[in-house]
Amino acid sequence: MSGRTLIDVRDLWKSFGDNQVLKGISLELIEGETLVVLGPSGCGKSVLLKHIIGLLVPDRGEVLFCGRNIFDMSVKELGEARQHFGMVFQGAALFDSMTVGENIGLPAVERKGMRGQELETLIEDKLRLVGLEGLSGLRPSEISGGMKKRVALARAIALNPDIILYDEPTTGLDPIMAEQINELIRDTQNKLSATSIVVTHDLHSACFIGDRVALVESGRIEFVGSTDELMDTEDKAVRNFIARGRANLGPRESDRAGLH
Amino acid sequence: MDFFARIGQSAINMFGVVGASGIVFWRALISLRRLPRSTKLVVEQMQRIGIESLPLVVVTSIFTGAVASVQVSYQLKAYLPKAYLGTAIFKSVVIELGPVLTALVLGGRVGASIAAELGTMRVTEQIDAMEAMAIDPHRYLVMPRMLAALIMLPILTIIADTLGVGGGYVVSNVALDVSGKVFVDGMRTLFYAGDVLGGLVKACVFGLIIALMGCTAGLAARGGAVGVGRAATRAVVASCVLILVSDYVLTTLIYGIIFS
Ligand SMILES: Nc1ncnc2c1ncn2[C@@H]1O[C@H](COP(=O)(O)OP(=O)(O)OP(=O)(O)O)[C@@H](O)[C@H]1O
Ligand SMILES: [Mg+2]
Repeated sequence: MSGRTLIDVRDLWKSFGDNQVLKGISLELIEGETLVVLGPSGCGKSVLLKHIIGLLVPDRGEVLFCGRNIFDMSVKELGEARQHFGMVFQGAALFDSMTVGENIGLPAVERKGMRGQELETLIEDKLRLVGLEGLSGLRPSEISGGMKKRVALARAIALNPDIILYDEPTTGLDPIMAEQINELIRDTQNKLSATSIVVTHDLHSACFIGDRVALVESGRIEFVGSTDELMDTEDKAVRNFIARGRANLGPRESDRAGLH
Repeated sequence: MDFFARIGQSAINMFGVVGASGIVFWRALISLRRLPRSTKLVVEQMQRIGIESLPLVVVTSIFTGAVASVQVSYQLKAYLPKAYLGTAIFKSVVIELGPVLTALVLGGRVGASIAAELGTMRVTEQIDAMEAMAIDPHRYLVMPRMLAALIMLPILTIIADTLGVGGGYVVSNVALDVSGKVFVDGMRTLFYAGDVLGGLVKACVFGLIIALMGCTAGLAARGGAVGVGRAATRAVVASCVLILVSDYVLTTLIYGIIFS
């Protein structure tokens, strides 16, 4: 894993009113890697992801995409940069006026002008990947929360983006489905040689899909390193976080972390 | 004090929407370049705005014409012959009542529904998701609504003019003792095509205002269901005020300067 830096987050600060959410986050994403972002609820993980794709504007700091600060880009340039991204929102964010199939096909229709059989095939392929084949005619209001999450995932990877941002892709899924989605994320990463950031609460998923892990606590990066380093570190905050997440660990990782 | 502070606050809210609409208008305008790819969206919106508003427009305009005819006949009574009843009704309907009342009822109906729809999309992150997939909501959502309203308002106004004059005709026949021939002759005596045309130009502008205020308020919505409700209210208030103000400006411009 020694590619070039694809995304460089530099000293990002963001507050909403009195609530200081990001307090100087710096993070690098290297081409081809999967970076897992861990952290307690409310620490600013989703806010961080939204900055990376330019949906939120920071009070201070920059996000360099291929060396250019996305907050300096024109609307047109930002649009072009975003074509390299796919994002799974924490709340799925499906378009509720469209069917599942139209949701997945929308980027292809609007950006590539794709139509007819080609479009149908694309939609069915992606639905099969997330285990929802044949459901393209349903509306988001007619499917379960976990199914929505999987449709959102299918929509994010529909056009084989270079960079995929996953905001808690397995939260709300049963363990077997979560395992399948983790495998899908890893496959996508291998097949498309995509670069990904995965936000999760789940240490087990983190160790399974991540090359590197970043731990965010109250708006700061507490730790960045490989998954092995995470388990071996002496850092107190990290060990604390791991201890709290112990229930999620498989025997191997739990053993490594010496938590028995 | 609190009372006046609240009045002040709602005035600020209203101007906020009007102010923010500038940039929304501009970005929708530039996205007209991509019109060919969006024709389907425009047609869809034309159907929604036009057909769904039709019953409301029909009822409003028939009764407006009926009331106008009673009013005019009462005011003409001692001063002018009844032959001028048709003239007065025709002119007041096509110049003022048709366009303005149609716009005001549509400002309520269409403006609120656009604001609620876009507002819901905003607070459920659907707009974020759209931007993240490099689809500009100004092109995909705003521009079709503006164009559709711009086209549909004059059409609805023509319907309202016809029905309004029709309502006046029926009432003068049945209740006011003015025969159909006298009414129509009265309409013909001072007929001037510019009157109708001026009213339709106003209708175009009102259409733009309604869609633009609805979109701007919707896109700016924040904070759950309450925020969506607030956005709908803002859209209606802002469009009604703007319609009345611009009606004064346009009437002065068209009938006071151009046609005088
Ligand atoms: N649009 C917003 N307006 C105001 N405050 C916000 C907004 N978005 C996030 N916040 C605040 O930012 C903080 C971090 O939120 P964020 O959604 O990033 O948490 P998170 O780390 O993703 O948590 P979780 O794991 O529960 O999803 C929260 O305190 C939240 O209240
Ligand atoms: Mg989150």
